[in-house]
Amino acid sequence: MRIALFATCLADTMFPAAAKATVQLLERLGHEVVFPEAQTCCGQMHINTGYQQEALPLVRRYVRTFEPCDVVVAPSGSCVGSIRHQHATVARQAGDEGLASRAEAVAGRTYELSELLVDVLKVEDVGAYYPHRVTYHPTCHSLRVLRVGDRPLRLLRQVRGLDLVELPAAEQCCGFGGTFAVKNADTSTAMLADKMRHVLDTGADVCTAGDASCLMHIGGGLSRLRTGVRTVHLAEILASTEAPS
Amino acid sequence: MSTFLGMPAHAPRGVGQLRGDEPFPAAARTALANPQLRRNLQHATTTIRGKSGRVIAEVPDWQELRSAGSALKAYTMANLPQLLEQLEEKVTAAGGVVHWAADANEANRIVTELVRATGEQRVIKVKSMATQEIGLNEALEAAGITPVETDLAELIVQLGHDKPSHILVPAIHRNRSEIREIFLREMPGVDPALTDDPPELAGAARRYLRETFLSTRVAVSGANFAIADTGTLAVVESEGNGRMCLTLPDTLITVMGIEKVVPSWPDLEVFLQLLPRASTGERMNPYTSMWTGVTPGDGPQNFHLVLLDNGRTAVLADEVGRQALHCIRCSACLNVCPVYERTGGHAYGSVYPGPIGAVLSPQLTGVEDNASLPYASSLCGACFDACPVKIDIPSILVHLRNQAPHPRSEKAAMAAAAYTMDRPRLYERAQRAVRFSKLLGKRGRGLPPPLNGWAASRDLPDPPAESFRDWWRGR
Repeated sequence: MRIALFATCLADTMFPAAAKATVQLLERLGHEVVFPEAQTCCGQMHINTGYQQEALPLVRRYVRTFEPCDVVVAPSGSCVGSIRHQHATVARQAGDEGLASRAEAVAGRTYELSELLVDVLKVEDVGAYYPHRVTYHPTCHSLRVLRVGDRPLRLLRQVRGLDLVELPAAEQCCGFGGTFAVKNADTSTAMLADKMRHVLDTGADVCTAGDASCLMHIGGGLSRLRTGVRTVHLAEILASTEAPS
Repeated sequence: MSTFLGMPAHAPRGVGQLRGDEPFPAAARTALANPQLRRNLQHATTTIRGKSGRVIAEVPDWQELRSAGSALKAYTMANLPQLLEQLEEKVTAAGGVVHWAADANEANRIVTELVRATGEQRVIKVKSMATQEIGLNEALEAAGITPVETDLAELIVQLGHDKPSHILVPAIHRNRSEIREIFLREMPGVDPALTDDPPELAGAARRYLRETFLSTRVAVSGANFAIADTGTLAVVESEGNGRMCLTLPDTLITVMGIEKVVPSWPDLEVFLQLLPRASTGERMNPYTSMWTGVTPGDGPQNFHLVLLDNGRTAVLADEVGRQALHCIRCSACLNVCPVYERTGGHAYGSVYPGPIGAVLSPQLTGVEDNASLPYASSLCGACFDACPVKIDIPSILVHLRNQAPHPRSEKAAMAAAAYTMDRPRLYERAQRAVRFSKLLGKRGRGLPPPLNGWAASRDLPDPPAESFRDWWRGR
């Protein structure tokens, strides 16, 4: 299958490993990956911070860039959540009904990575090898906006060498919330403290998730406290193999 | 022909409790530093979440009930003027008197005059959000009338000269030793040997309240529901204090937000299943009191219903925001909210705290008066999942953020970011500039405000050697 990658601005700029891993994983599974270079950002930060008007060109850009593609994948639950649940609304609020229906159509072909693998490509064992003790944080937008359910866990359970440990209170928000982490830094930190406590309680050496943004937050806290626990994007785990890369 | 009367007014300033003294982040900072509050909240919300989750799981058609509740509320909002007039007609026919209050000042004036007309100096109160919202107690006190809260938690708040911090459990921020201290200090005739044993505390309150119930001739209540086609009012509660207030006095004055009306009697079937399970985690609330006007020889012989707007019509005018009026005040959204669980209710500055408060208060007051509240959420969505009438709180929050006044520097930064993101070549140049962010200090510690809020507790990752698109091109 020919799959277009929406890398997301955050992974493209700060966490290229997650986007690279998505490419490597899909190519290993025998698919062709394309990267339309006109892509930048889905506009989620603008929309969720109250800047719909500023987000409008970004919505238009996303729609225009990915309209020719049959299937789009992004290694981010929250970006796909925004594309699927907010893009058309932003267009409609701006009175652009045409853009709204085009946005809906493109959103219908845009998948978060675990959705693409399990629902579209019908694969759970991706042939990965990752010999670490790993705990999975579901991330709110994967969980409650996209409803990815246990798809990521089904993928992780098939990874050879991986010791999957359950994260207590997994469904509680880590406290990132985009600009919430800055505007309400104290509350965000209080939420992060509990998330880190739960991660540390598992004894895992890696905390994974399907969203680089939440991982940046959790990982930033784990790093600040020198816990020695790393955060690794789900795509990177699924892309790992026994063969040296 | 219709006449345009102008846009509906918001809740007026200077009266009631819908606006805080400081923005949410500052108030939250204070609350977060209170270990007792943190422990009480964590314990209480975890307990209620567990209890509610268990009894909801027993109901096979819970999702259908939620949809029914949502549809009934949507229908009600679409037909509010007719339903309210029908309610007025039915209440009047049953011997009640209906008053229309455009805002808090008018409602307070109406209630104060009604109490004055009875010649009484004291009223007993059933726990009511609407009267807290309008600051009725303060208005009555200013007129020389003593209001006595009879809900145990509300009494604790009143005796403690405190503010409620939860819709359902207003004293959730207090533990039993604090309650004992408040009772010893403030409760008339309290036994000085009182311990902090919960049954003993409840006993002390019961003795004090019984005496008050039996000697007070005017009661003030709110209402959970008002049935338009019968003129029946309903109050649901757990302690029986409501039943006392609604039956013993000669005069009953009910203050009700106009959104509390429901079309007809069978609609209660839906709401009386949803409310107790979502709020207290009970299969059914212990006391459900209903009354229709006045019944000779039974209960209060004078009944007044005050219909309160106080900004509700303004909320109704907003296509997205009006869903907030569907709220049945169960507080499930508070109990599942990770922000509320850590900051408590006072940080929201309004009688309506938590996720529902963050969407309701700014709409009642106008968003400029509560500009920080729509941001008091990580948009995790737990509230939407928990809401028994399916209010899409995260979407309303985002909608209100779009209306909120934005700081000038943030506005400039957001505009610049959007401009850059819409120009791939400029965007690539910005990506390369990120590599020099190390110059700002190790792991983001030299970030300027407001971004330094990030680095206060989190390291920034080291920027990568190349962006993804550079890698893509080079492979």
